[in-house]
Amino acid sequence: MPMPEWLRLRRAQPVPAEDSAQWTKCPKCGTMIYRPDLAANAWVCSTCHHHFRMHAFDRISMLVDSDFTEIGGEMLPGDPLGWTDKVPYPQKLARDREKSKLTEGVVCGFASIGGYPVALGVMDFNFRGGTMGTVVGERITQLFERARERKVPCVVFTASGGARMEEGMLALMQMAKTTLAVRRFQDDGGYYLSVLTDPTTGGVSASFAFQADVILAEARAAIGFAGRRVIEQTIRQKLPDNFQTAEFLLEKGAIDVVVERPDLKNLLVRLLDYGVGAQRPTNGRASAPAPTETHP
Amino acid sequence: MNVIVEREKGLLELEQRIDQLKAHASQQPVDMSAEIRALEAKYGQIQREIFGKMTPWQRVNMARHPKRPLGSDYIAGLDQFDELHGDRHFRDDHAIVGGFAKLKGRRVMAIAQDKGRDTKEKVFRNFGMPSPEGYRKVIRLVRLADHLGLPVVTFIDTSGADPGIGSEERAQSEAIAQSLYELADAGVPIVATVIGEGGSGGALALALADRVLMLEHAVYSVASPEGAAAILWGDAARAEEAATRLKLTSDDLLQFGIVDDVITEPLGGAHRDASGTIGRVLDAVDGALDALVPVPADELRDRRYRKFRRIGSVTGATG
Repeated sequence: MPMPEWLRLRRAQPVPAEDSAQWTKCPKCGTMIYRPDLAANAWVCSTCHHHFRMHAFDRISMLVDSDFTEIGGEMLPGDPLGWTDKVPYPQKLARDREKSKLTEGVVCGFASIGGYPVALGVMDFNFRGGTMGTVVGERITQLFERARERKVPCVVFTASGGARMEEGMLALMQMAKTTLAVRRFQDDGGYYLSVLTDPTTGGVSASFAFQADVILAEARAAIGFAGRRVIEQTIRQKLPDNFQTAEFLLEKGAIDVVVERPDLKNLLVRLLDYGVGAQRPTNGRASAPAPTETHP
Repeated sequence: MNVIVEREKGLLELEQRIDQLKAHASQQPVDMSAEIRALEAKYGQIQREIFGKMTPWQRVNMARHPKRPLGSDYIAGLDQFDELHGDRHFRDDHAIVGGFAKLKGRRVMAIAQDKGRDTKEKVFRNFGMPSPEGYRKVIRLVRLADHLGLPVVTFIDTSGADPGIGSEERAQSEAIAQSLYELADAGVPIVATVIGEGGSGGALALALADRVLMLEHAVYSVASPEGAAAILWGDAARAEEAATRLKLTSDDLLQFGIVDDVITEPLGGAHRDASGTIGRVLDAVDGALDALVPVPADELRDRRYRKFRRIGSVTGATG
């Protein structure tokens, strides 16, 4: 498989220049961290273990064995509503492309993790807050459709503020579209792991994020449907600190596992291993003699 | 304050005057018909001015009109209804009413969101904002409908899913995601009708359907105008501006291919002729079912897949 330029660069780990831009402050504990050290430590603060939000390229680089073949990268969003507020929507998109070096809010492709071939989707909060517009919906849909054809498991990292307002109802409909693709993939025997990262909310959490066979969450990630501010305004009281965290959801029984980032890859590989038998030609029912349709 | 209710006030006064004059005229020998006709003409003119061309924000207010027919009114318009309660796990969510029903003689599973009419009912129904249990009730009823081969008809009217501590604790996201997941594979026809407000994922959770119908002055949006304004500009007070930009009217959504059919309302809105409107909606649902019922389950699933698969706005080469 070909290796994209960004992946090759990250693997080469060039020695960075010694200037102030190389230092960053941990938003949690305030420690000044040398960025190459942070990168080498999977973007986790070595003092307080705060998990920094990761760029999709860094995430992919951290996970995949060596190769990554992107799909749908050439897709760009239209401006179906002709949206303008402070600036026109296409300008916001151009600004985010420039700033994030991404073409949209999710990077999808084929790779292998610990020797297991997978379809991998990684959302990035840096691009319009990871919101799901038509391109994110289309890329995720294609990822599941092609994973179904190739009969490989699907791994999706979510990070999203929800549906993208500037694409209106076309954005909301991506919840339905991705759901249909996930359902078809799983009904056909496909194995799907989602990893909820900080933050996963709104229309993404209420569709493919919570439809996986196994749902993981990175430690201390904010996860929920309604935004924290909306709830505070509705009930007019301050919410406890751990509300809508990965740990909170684990306690409530909504997710399978909370994982610290340094342990993530090994856990993913083990989970992929358990699912090896899942990629059967059919979902197993069809090969059984004269199946009697029951509805559990 | 509802801007439609405000605008209606003058009209309602005029309506009263006409009625009074008519009653008066019937008791008097003097001919007042010319005067009545003039008033009626004026009435019609004002009505057309107010309702002939409404802004998106006015449509939002029409969709929220306090007298607008609610989910339970449509349920009451069915030939027969036997309510089924609860999610089998936690409680019965009153924001969603569902059960077996007969629609023009046809057995169906009817599911409606209901906002409640008076204050007491609104509280009982949580203002039409479903909790996870509501969506889990939907999942259960759709599964039951699928099991028995009954078509599913849904009536949508919510500002959105409940944003509360309890709803988050019981995994609102998972409940909506699984409701969508259930509708995605049901082997029976699903017809959804947006009758008032279609607010965000909380509405879509009942609208992943084979046919999506919408009343003329209903609205359906990615977030409520207040929610969108808060998300975009941190200011819920800019809801009117958000409503204008979001393209949430029935004409917009028909153009986008998100809505299949728009059901017209009487001049002045659905509440001006509630039973007539409900009748037209049920006729339209029945008509949609006529076309869907003969379609085999796999073909139905396939068409549903393709219906939503094509919704997008993507440039550049795909694949």
